Amino acid sequence: MAGGGELKLLGVWSSPYAIRVRVVLNLKSLPYEYVEEDLADKSALLLASNPVNKTVPVLLHGGRPVNESQVIVQYLDEAWPDRPPVLPSDPYERAVARFWAAYVDDKVGPAWLGIVFRSKTEEERAAAVAQAVAALETLEEAFKECSRGKPFFGGDGIGFVDVVLGCYLGWFTAINKLIGRRLIDPARTPALAAWEERFRASEAAKGVVPDDADKMLEFRLILLGVSASKAK
Amino acid sequence: MAAEKKADLVLLDFWVSPFGQRCRIAMAEKGLDFEYREEDLANKSDLLLRSNPVHKKIPVLLHAGRPVCESLVILSYLDEAFPDTPQLLPPLSAAGAGAADAAYARARARFWADYIDKKLYDCGSRLWKLKGEPQAQARAEMVEILRTLEAELGDRDFFGGGGGRLGFVDVALVPFTSWFYSYERYGGFSVEEACPKLAAWARRCGEIDSVAKHLHSPEKVYDFIGVLKKKYGIE
Repeated sequence: MAGGGELKLLGVWSSPYAIRVRVVLNLKSLPYEYVEEDLADKSALLLASNPVNKTVPVLLHGGRPVNESQVIVQYLDEAWPDRPPVLPSDPYERAVARFWAAYVDDKVGPAWLGIVFRSKTEEERAAAVAQAVAALETLEEAFKECSRGKPFFGGDGIGFVDVVLGCYLGWFTAINKLIGRRLIDPARTPALAAWEERFRASEAAKGVVPDDADKMLEFRLILLGVSASKAK
Repeated sequence: MAAEKKADLVLLDFWVSPFGQRCRIAMAEKGLDFEYREEDLANKSDLLLRSNPVHKKIPVLLHAGRPVCESLVILSYLDEAFPDTPQLLPPLSAAGAGAADAAYARARARFWADYIDKKLYDCGSRLWKLKGEPQAQARAEMVEILRTLEAELGDRDFFGGGGGRLGFVDVALVPFTSWFYSYERYGGFSVEEACPKLAAWARRCGEIDSVAKHLHSPEKVYDFIGVLKKKYGIE
């Protein structure tokens, strides 16, 4: 363990952003204490550690908080330089990876929120699905450029863009059930569909990327405050 | 101050863009010579469209012809591609013992730059686009944002952290200081009254050459907003 003490992660099991950090902790074989937060009853530790955004994930290293999932991932690379890095070493490749990571959270993030939590009508949901599909089509091209024939955006192994996009896959499984078709459509985005299988099957994703669509859809209903009998 | 180095850098930009100004100031702080190209956003160049096909936005930095997009990505890139220039982020130490501390300082800087990106421009836009209750809400949010940033600054002269005086967060935030006057006029508040330490930081930055050279006067920014409002038919 690097100087600085023990690792603790405050998260929510279904939060893509918390999942993202857990995948990276797995990749680096870093042991940590995981604390499941209740977003309706946030712990004093969470509120004190992230007073600005009051949200998960929060990584505490020797008690010092690091906030914002992409910032946390880069922190993990830098604080443990002897562990496998998630970002590439070449400055230009790092810039490309950061660009696509920003794209994913700017486009896929809001679309996911729209589909799962914010759309109040069928039309709104269809619009959010269309936004997600459009972003995924752009990412199909990005995947081809970044991977250069290799299995992941990061090349032979899982990299920054892989974890930034891959953390949404748990919810994609639930969304597929909700809308009755695959969000990452093998007909429209074949490279990404194959990548999805590989990412889900990886050691790093095991146990942290949820695969129980029903459980996630139930969680969704609880968050929306709707009982199962009224569900759409 | 280092002599300007030739490094085949071209910046596609728009004169009043605070995101573009971040890149100009960063390169000036690093002593990096660059070619500035003004884009007409109503008639974007082929080079811009080819270099940033995904967003079609400025700023775009071309280094030996290869495009880097997104202003904070550009700032990180400038640190990493030019390691012998004054760094914006606190440098990682060579030995293992200091790795966590240096990484923590960098994480903190990245967090605050991300905060600025998520909050400031959008809230500022609402201030001059909206009226009545929504505008009042935007004003309350703007004061909150500025006070939060002031709290992070604390009693320091600069957010700092890198090799020069201006660090990652200073460069990310300073272009918005020329928008403060407009925020004040549209929002009906005073930055000096609401957050005097941040106002003092803004004045301090204004005395630095790279900042003075690349920021426009607050009046010019205010006039620009006036033109935008007419263009969008906003009263």
